[in-house]
Amino acid sequence: MKKTLGAVAVAAAVALSLSACGSGSSAESAKGEINYWLWDANQLPAYQQCADDFTKANPDIKVKITQRGWDDYWSTLTNGFVGGTAPDVFTNHLGRYGELAENKQLLPIDDAVQKDNIDLTAYNEGLADLWVGQDGKRYGLPKDWDTIGLFYNKAMLASAGISEDQMKNLTWNPEDGGSYEKVIAHLTVDKAGKRGDEAGFDKNNVAVYGLGLNGGGDSSGQTEWSYLTNTTGWSHTDKNPWGTHYNYDDAKFQSSIDWFAGLVTKGYMPKLETTVGASMADTFAAGKSAINAHGSWMTGQYTGYQGVEVGIAPTPVGPEGKRASMFNGLADSIWAGTKKKDASIKWVEYLASADCQDVVAAKAVVFPALKTSSDKAAAAFAAKGVDVTAFTEHVKNKTTFLYPITDNTAKVKGIMEPAMDAVVSGKAPASSLTQMNEQVNALFK
Amino acid sequence: MTTLAKHTRPAPPQPGTPSPRGGLRRLGDLKIALFFIAPAMIGFIFFYVVPTIRGVYLSFTEYNILGDPEWVGMDNYTAIAKDPLFWNSLAVTGQYVFLNIVLQTALALGLALLMHKVAKSTLIRGALLLPWMMSNVIAALLWFWMLDYQIGVVNQFIEWAGLPRVAFFGSEEWAIPTQALINTWRHMGYTALLIFAGMQAIPGHVYEVAKLDGASPFQTFRKITLPLLRPVLVMVLVVTVIGSFQVFDTVSVTTGGGPVNATRVIQYYIYQRAFTESDFGYGSAIAVILFLILALVAFIQMKFLKGNESDLD
Repeated sequence: MKKTLGAVAVAAAVALSLSACGSGSSAESAKGEINYWLWDANQLPAYQQCADDFTKANPDIKVKITQRGWDDYWSTLTNGFVGGTAPDVFTNHLGRYGELAENKQLLPIDDAVQKDNIDLTAYNEGLADLWVGQDGKRYGLPKDWDTIGLFYNKAMLASAGISEDQMKNLTWNPEDGGSYEKVIAHLTVDKAGKRGDEAGFDKNNVAVYGLGLNGGGDSSGQTEWSYLTNTTGWSHTDKNPWGTHYNYDDAKFQSSIDWFAGLVTKGYMPKLETTVGASMADTFAAGKSAINAHGSWMTGQYTGYQGVEVGIAPTPVGPEGKRASMFNGLADSIWAGTKKKDASIKWVEYLASADCQDVVAAKAVVFPALKTSSDKAAAAFAAKGVDVTAFTEHVKNKTTFLYPITDNTAKVKGIMEPAMDAVVSGKAPASSLTQMNEQVNALFK
Repeated sequence: MTTLAKHTRPAPPQPGTPSPRGGLRRLGDLKIALFFIAPAMIGFIFFYVVPTIRGVYLSFTEYNILGDPEWVGMDNYTAIAKDPLFWNSLAVTGQYVFLNIVLQTALALGLALLMHKVAKSTLIRGALLLPWMMSNVIAALLWFWMLDYQIGVVNQFIEWAGLPRVAFFGSEEWAIPTQALINTWRHMGYTALLIFAGMQAIPGHVYEVAKLDGASPFQTFRKITLPLLRPVLVMVLVVTVIGSFQVFDTVSVTTGGGPVNATRVIQYYIYQRAFTESDFGYGSAIAVILFLILALVAFIQMKFLKGNESDLD
């Protein structure tokens, strides 16, 4: 196994140097059809456009794009690695690539990046560094990013007498929830029409919840609670990327989670058991919640519902005087077993270039990784009448923190998912997470 | 073989010495037999025996599918013995199997009686099989939406009736009973068909005699139908219990093991450890344990319910 990989690496190096020498004429492996996979159907049209443009510029290379839903994506990919049928290039996720790199399934692209003078500073800050593995090698070029914001129902806000300015300047702390909790309480309405902060509010018969609930949030709490917990100075791991110690036992984290679970007890947020099934966004559209904390990739869906006017506010300012949002980025990686290395590298570099990312930006679906393309995407959203500053502000003001990248992410999720569910459903106090944290950290010994 | 030879050949030339012709024919039979067995045999070896042996081997290794298996001896098994989620999955599966089998068998028996005595029309008998013809995943998803807390039609009716909505899949108390009921609904028609076939094999004269003796319908059922049905019932129980222990698809498309660990049944836990967490050695070890449990359950059922004997003789 190791031997063949070494040989492959040598061959790749030779091929690279050859293609460098033969100015203009592409090497043998820079021809033919390459397979490219992604999971988001919303982005397929944009990338199909990129592929067509790419083939126009490089007539020798055809790109075949396959879209697979997130649920099947990773198991099919793993089968492909084992069976030798994996795609040459595929969309990669921060939560997964550590394990893939460690198992030598990804092709390091450092040489190509250096040779082709790719400007890594052109990407939004930190995005390119995310894809440098524990071994110091680069395993992907950034394609897009996302942050968290508060989607709110404008009509409900207006009838509650809350201004959009108020909504944009919320504060939060784990003790009394700050103005964030006050707004959530006021937006909650029971079946008799009493608001959550009025006397006689019936928390067992709520018609509209102030805040929607997606789930317990498992290990990352990406859209559920990380925008709150990480304003307290807490972070998931000792360092990021490649931390080796998780901090679910921290008092700051546990008090934040206690506050979060407390919203359910107060009747301001739906019970966890009622969220199995219909999606949080659909329940929001059906008028059952007034605010939903969700990711920027959901913008199209929230603003696309007929008859619901939606605004997007930034996440609240926390006890340390700052907002916080998880910053997640995707990248395109190359499978180590590809037979068309040069063509794959060309395609990845094209995907990461302004040529392709501007095409993606124009479709106003996600924010591309390049700074210039991000601005174009924001403009494209604005042209559709959607103000996305709530998301871009986090990047501009540097109030983002990275998705926790460690080893064993699947196992950590396996432990934390039921544990967080138990806390959010009120079956266990947040202090029970101390014991779970021990289980999590035992994975790193 | 010898008795058979005696019957077919009235006058053996020399008793005791095998005739060359007979030996040849036996060999010829073997060839033809092998020819007919081959398709099933090849499938059995490649899709059952080899994977089972490999699974047992993998259960003694640490294996993440992308690397090579690494021998770790009994480590997986000792870890499983201390794994609360494994014991939880056994308890959850046990609860599911109990609810599913008791309800399914009782209802199927009732349906079979109706098919036998009342509903003679092929149309009605066929209609009972309809749920079984649906794929498991479709049946699960159908109920998943009908029983949804927010938008499900069942909860709409419950609310009209003035009762509080029920989180059928979301609450820990309801999640397993709900799924046991869905699969009961799907399988009872088929189970009833098997039992019905068994009932038809009971000779009519037994019932006539019972009638002459003045037995009530209930006495007839308890004293004649049930005992004579026993071999079929045991077969049905062995098959349905094994099938019930292997519940996976319903959980996978609805609750995915949650809420908390309420539906983390053993098959789902195996899948989670192996395919989600890339711990194929650990997953294989649980699968081997499940295999042993099922073998034991089947053995006990056959032994104590005397499934291979019939009271008809």
